[in-house]
Amino acid sequence: MALAKGTIEEITTRAARYPSKQSAIIPALWAVQHEQGYVTKDAMGEIAQILALPPSLIEATASFYSMFLTRPEGRHDVVICVNAPCMLRGADEMTAYLGQQLGVRDGQTTKDGAITWHSTIECLGACGGAPMMQVDHHFEENLTPERIDAIIQRLRRGVAPGEGAAGPEHASDRIKPSRSGGEGPSASATEPLRRKSPKRAN
Amino acid sequence: MGLKPLLTKDFHTENLEQLAVYERTGGYAGFKKALEMQPDELVELVKKSGLRGRGGAGFPTGNKWSFLPKGVYPRYLVCNADESEPGCFKDRYLMEKSPHQVLEGILIASYAIGCNLAFIYIRGEYLPQHEALEAAIEEARQAGYLGKNVLGKGYEIDVILHRGAGAYICGEETALLTSLEGYRGEPRLKPPFPAIKGLYGKPTVVNNVETVANLPHIVINGADWFGAMGTPTGKGTRVWCMSGHVNRPGNYELENGTPIRELIEEHGGGVWKNRKLKAFQPGGASMMVLLPEHLDVGLDFDAIQKAGSLAGAGAMVVMDETTCMVDAARRYVKFFHHESCGKCTPCREGTFWMSNLFDRFEAGDAKATDVDLLLDIGYSIDGRSFCPLGDASTWFPRSVIKFFRDEFLEHVSEKGCPFKRTAQEAVA
Repeated sequence: MALAKGTIEEITTRAARYPSKQSAIIPALWAVQHEQGYVTKDAMGEIAQILALPPSLIEATASFYSMFLTRPEGRHDVVICVNAPCMLRGADEMTAYLGQQLGVRDGQTTKDGAITWHSTIECLGACGGAPMMQVDHHFEENLTPERIDAIIQRLRRGVAPGEGAAGPEHASDRIKPSRSGGEGPSASATEPLRRKSPKRAN
Repeated sequence: MGLKPLLTKDFHTENLEQLAVYERTGGYAGFKKALEMQPDELVELVKKSGLRGRGGAGFPTGNKWSFLPKGVYPRYLVCNADESEPGCFKDRYLMEKSPHQVLEGILIASYAIGCNLAFIYIRGEYLPQHEALEAAIEEARQAGYLGKNVLGKGYEIDVILHRGAGAYICGEETALLTSLEGYRGEPRLKPPFPAIKGLYGKPTVVNNVETVANLPHIVINGADWFGAMGTPTGKGTRVWCMSGHVNRPGNYELENGTPIRELIEEHGGGVWKNRKLKAFQPGGASMMVLLPEHLDVGLDFDAIQKAGSLAGAGAMVVMDETTCMVDAARRYVKFFHHESCGKCTPCREGTFWMSNLFDRFEAGDAKATDVDLLLDIGYSIDGRSFCPLGDASTWFPRSVIKFFRDEFLEHVSEKGCPFKRTAQEAVA
């Protein structure tokens, strides 16, 4: 699949801003993944042509970073953290529950093609709201079985992450030692464009 | 001592992420003042303030700036927003709530070191924060804070926001620079340090998000004002990320030197479920475990180091009496194994074997001698790799073995995790 004109333009514009066009490799991979959902070898070849760099260099870089996907996944990505700070607050139980509710194993996609889920040992940076998971780049914190149910339902209905999710206060946003800090869900909760979540094998 | 909102003082102001609101709270006054000063004066000011880097190593910021070789241009400033240390979530908060504060700090640092092109390397997972910064850069550009002739003062500066793609190693400054150049994020040997040979082989300063966020306040209020806060070797405040078994986890900005006890018991509301404190980690995944007897140590780089751990990136992970220390260490070791870039054999292979051994303990397949085998592997990694990732992978497990060796042996004698068994019995 040839890259869209807009993607090619984005890559050349980015490349012109950097002192070295090679710095545009990661932005180019993002642009491709944004457009196509994942990055094929052909697309990497196109990036190489646009930037006038060897394809091997693009592949070497792409294969290092875990967020670049090389195959299609479900319409939504759900990544649940199992690192120690999340483990301390019940991440293992939530992970088991999530897997059970989705009916597929870690790394797999549900039969309706709606959700690909996996656990990750990489900390996602929301330990104050542990246990947490990332749903298409939106952080869902303070998980409970009930919240997981609601999120799955929402995703299956096709509602964008963050929308209509009046969850509890985001603990990791708290700055004052008060429970009524008035911190609602983050202002940037909605995802304007669908971008893929990291691919992590645990 | 105690709560001291400096960076976070206006965080309850609505729409602080918007330029006009940020300016109303005094925003960009620091950059305007800085532009009236000579760059060297700024470097001296920051040196005198005693500001130390908030990314983990605690290196004095002004000194870092002054290492740039005279007369070598171009030179670059890179803001390290690749926050990935397990337990750490302060930069995310600082960028999302007040992206202009971070940007203003970057502009001040850039002007001070004579740089005309700055970068923000933000981790790929932080998309909302990426968008907040992107919008802030655009607003600042429209307002004339960025561009060819900033506020008519003849200074040129542009800021490029660069999104990472999922690699903890890129938080290490040389790996970050390699990644920014488009390569696989592998670290480089130091020396030469980035100040001499950094991005594209040019003199480069890498500063953490929280570090640069301090700069507007230092410029406005002066070095003496900043120096009056904190401890003799740890001036100012820090935003502590508290997680784990406390009643109120979250970010708390405290004056340096505040006792750990105050953070956990007062601000965090103490250990949850009326349980007892077993251990805590003051610096995130990398750092050694401390015990309840260390609760009166101050939150300060030097004090925590003296107590046997490191303050690192300011992440306080609290563990109650029901915590399996072996499993906690296992998670961290698996994390480091996963994130090892593979460049250095001791780290790549060592973290793999440590991870395997920890799995054996949890599964009940380990032998008593495996405890010392773990230590042995740890010694073979520490100090034998290019960057601190390998070293740091061994610090927490080794400290856990030191204080909780009995727990490892219980895993052997009971052929499995005694804590999980207790939990299951409690449920049944």
